[in-house]
Amino acid sequence: MNPFIKIIYINWPLQILILATALFGFLMLYSVSGGSWEPWTKPQINRFFISFILIFVMSAISISFWQKLSPFCYILGLALLIAVYFYGDTGMGAKRWLDLRIIKLQPSEAFKISMVMALAYYYHKLPVSKVSHPFYVLVPLLLIIIPALIVFRQPDLGTALVIIMIGIFVMFIAGVHFGYFLFGGFSFFTLLFILFQSRGTDWQLLKDYHFRRIDTFLDPSADPLGAGYHITQSKIALGSGGLFGRGYMQGSQSQLNFLPEKHTDFIFTTLAEEFGFFGTIGLLIIYSLIVAFCIFSALATTDKYSRLLITGLCMTFFTYFSINIAMVMGLLPVVGIPLPLVSYGGSSMIVIMLSFGLIQSAHVHKNVGF
Amino acid sequence: MSKFKDTTLKSKLIRRVHRRIVLAGLLKASTVALLGWNIRKLQIEDSEDYKLLADANRVNLRLIPPSRGLIFDRLGTPIALNEQNYKIVFIREQASDPRKVLKKLASIIELDQKRQEKILQDMKKRSSFIPITVAENLTWKDFAHISVNLPSLPGIIPEVGLTRHYQEYESYAHIVGYVGPISDKDLESEKPVDPVLQIPKFQIGKVGVEKKLEAHLRGRAGVSKVEVNASGRVMRELNRTQGKSGENIHLTIATNLQKFASERLKGMSASSVLIDIRSGDILSLVSTPSYNPNKFVLGISQSDWNALLNDERKPLLNKATSGAYPPGSTFKMVVAAAALELGLIGLNDKIFCAGFYELGSRNFHCWLKGGHGKLTLQEAIQKSCDVYFYELARKVGVKRIGDMARRLGLGQAYNLPLTGLSKGFVPTKKWKKERFGTSWLVGDTLNVGIGQGFSLATPLQLAVMTARLASGKEVTPNIIKNSNKNPDNPKALLIKENTLVAIRKGMFDVLNEKEGTAFNFRTTDQNFLIAGKTGTSQVRRITREEREEGVIKNEDLPWKMRDHALFTCFAPFKNPKYALSVVVEHGGSGSKVAAPIARDIMLFQLYGGIPPVTAYPEKQQVEARNRLMDIEKKISSKTNKNTNI
Repeated sequence: MNPFIKIIYINWPLQILILATALFGFLMLYSVSGGSWEPWTKPQINRFFISFILIFVMSAISISFWQKLSPFCYILGLALLIAVYFYGDTGMGAKRWLDLRIIKLQPSEAFKISMVMALAYYYHKLPVSKVSHPFYVLVPLLLIIIPALIVFRQPDLGTALVIIMIGIFVMFIAGVHFGYFLFGGFSFFTLLFILFQSRGTDWQLLKDYHFRRIDTFLDPSADPLGAGYHITQSKIALGSGGLFGRGYMQGSQSQLNFLPEKHTDFIFTTLAEEFGFFGTIGLLIIYSLIVAFCIFSALATTDKYSRLLITGLCMTFFTYFSINIAMVMGLLPVVGIPLPLVSYGGSSMIVIMLSFGLIQSAHVHKNVGF
Repeated sequence: MSKFKDTTLKSKLIRRVHRRIVLAGLLKASTVALLGWNIRKLQIEDSEDYKLLADANRVNLRLIPPSRGLIFDRLGTPIALNEQNYKIVFIREQASDPRKVLKKLASIIELDQKRQEKILQDMKKRSSFIPITVAENLTWKDFAHISVNLPSLPGIIPEVGLTRHYQEYESYAHIVGYVGPISDKDLESEKPVDPVLQIPKFQIGKVGVEKKLEAHLRGRAGVSKVEVNASGRVMRELNRTQGKSGENIHLTIATNLQKFASERLKGMSASSVLIDIRSGDILSLVSTPSYNPNKFVLGISQSDWNALLNDERKPLLNKATSGAYPPGSTFKMVVAAAALELGLIGLNDKIFCAGFYELGSRNFHCWLKGGHGKLTLQEAIQKSCDVYFYELARKVGVKRIGDMARRLGLGQAYNLPLTGLSKGFVPTKKWKKERFGTSWLVGDTLNVGIGQGFSLATPLQLAVMTARLASGKEVTPNIIKNSNKNPDNPKALLIKENTLVAIRKGMFDVLNEKEGTAFNFRTTDQNFLIAGKTGTSQVRRITREEREEGVIKNEDLPWKMRDHALFTCFAPFKNPKYALSVVVEHGGSGSKVAAPIARDIMLFQLYGGIPPVTAYPEKQQVEARNRLMDIEKKISSKTNKNTNI
């Protein structure tokens, strides 16, 4: 099939929703920089439109190509994770960034895609009868846990947990027996219990700042000018937005630097403050629609790889925005997770756009097979 | 078979996958719903709370102090002004090396090493964007110098504030009073609290008109709403509510007269009050010694304060309104008026004065040892015969004397915006019983009759009394211009014209008839003849032994033991316009000390300036010229000095 004709079969609603989300982002970045294209809005627009075109290109490429690429992607992703562990730039007390000259990459973000691809590939290749076999459950588990541990050592607890969550989710969708998940859940909470028991002992499993963040999460008001400051200010910004918001570029919390990371992880608060309830719910609806279209798309596909790929990547997207929004509202601890397509940042933007490229490719080739 | 099994397994798994995708979708939907619900709670339910928090975060209210109302004299000459206070502040964050900037500043204005260190220390304690006051009350020259050199003084900002300044301060201190930095005690008594008072060292009226008319003078503070960022720095002004300047106050005082009177009373512990009889306007109200109210404005030093407090002549006291003295012989008009009104004595009835009045075993003496012989009422006033008034007082009785005293304005405080207004005192029988537990004696009445004993009057009251006698109307004093709604029509006193004429004539004779107690201090200008009454009030008891041996002369007594000298008068006699009272504390005799002062002041007012010497009897002209020229010189030199400030 002619690649240009394939574009007709692209999931257009999804593409438009992506564009709409990005527009929200531009608007907010323009606002937080005090009504200026620099330093955030312009690069963000450039990056978006380049990767937006990339989606079309990727969707024109056969899903079977991506399928075959999956194991290599995983290996590359893991290699980058290891590379960043040794050679990465240190930012905010953690080695997360890899300077590739052209782009500063956060391999842990990119790894989420390659892991989903690898897991989808794994279950695609795995005979149906072996899906719930203990050994064949252990293999993907290792594929998930090993990179997660590396990310955790960066240290980036948030991303590590997200990687595990997405991986387990793909396994769940793949049809692994429900008993494993019950067992896993049970062991997880046991581990959590042990983790808290370890606090203050010689064998403390988490860094002090992780514990402090958890404390802050449990009671942000206890130290409003210290650790809980961000959450308190963030909630003030959200709440003060009210129904209609304070007006575009009128948000005092964000305009006056009361908010941390206002152009990246906390950009949702600016949106909430300036556009109010309508703005926040509007964005939430757009996000939900993106997820819904992905799910419909996944259900419509005929092959297992595509189905797992779409649901896995969709889950990645979902974790991004739901954790971010929950975080700024103080429902979850502050972990460095951006608001997808809205937050400023190259890595997350490219990762998300790549995943949409893959989703579109799967969508376009849903009837074609491979 | 196995293939078939595989296919059923496969389709079973596909169904499971579908099921799980849908299940996951539902889970996601519920997560979104949870998020949405939370957003709703934050943004709709609790929104108002968060809005308040956000405003508290960012909005700071800054008060713009109102400019205080000015105080003018009756001609519009400013008395209390707001002067620009040139100061410079330093904002550390604007300078890379504050030490260097201060060193440079020290080469322009005086700024010693110690002060520099202090400023640097102050800076360290505060955020870098807070302005630190480096110097205050700079001269215009220094201020201009600094302003010119600003480019080389990064961080230095010249500012202009307003500070109260009093012109002609010595003569006005007791009327206008002063402002000073607000104290915690002041804040407690203020309810409800005006937000402007929260400004540290905000100046409020502490004494006098400044205090009493504080509500008018203060004005209303403007409010500047500024937005601050997370570190507290001002980003921009959101809006500004304009304040209201305080109202200007116009006094009834005439500055030239006030200055003349102040200068005339200088060196004495004295006071004088001059009232315009027709309107009740107080044209001059002086108390000496005075003080410099400007010292209080920025907070007075302890040593200055102690010096003022320990001065036995009480410079802080407004003697004209709060000094209550036994009125002495000036009270005799009250007794005379009461007796005439009651018909207890005729105008031609005479009483014999032998120099003393016998009451039981006790003798009440007349000031003239040999006695005055037979006197009419008019003569008794002229010669200030004590015995005559003992007799008269006994006839009238203390109650009716008191009634007349009150009618003439004694024993009451007037509604004036001054601090420390004394009511004076008019004694009653009941009061003595309550106060001392003893009955009122006839002797007490006799003492009251000559203005001794329990009765007390302030110089202001004496002036009002004289004004009432001179006009026959209920003259009430006022010190704020146009505050008297009906100035041309005070109520009539309802005292018979005959009575008033007789008293006035007696007072006229005091100065203009040979045996008058103040004959020496008459004027020769027939248009400006003065009528008055002397008074000498004892502050000590003269014992029988002393009287027998000869009363000790005032000059031989310690200052505190000397008599108060009083004089009250009105002029011109034929068409009374002004009433004046002068009291010199421990000055000695009223006729010798207070009367000449009163004549000078009254003539100054009548002539509208330094009176010509021809108004004085020939023999006194040389002395008068010297005295008046001396005062004139002092007044004009002081004016120059003041305008230089």
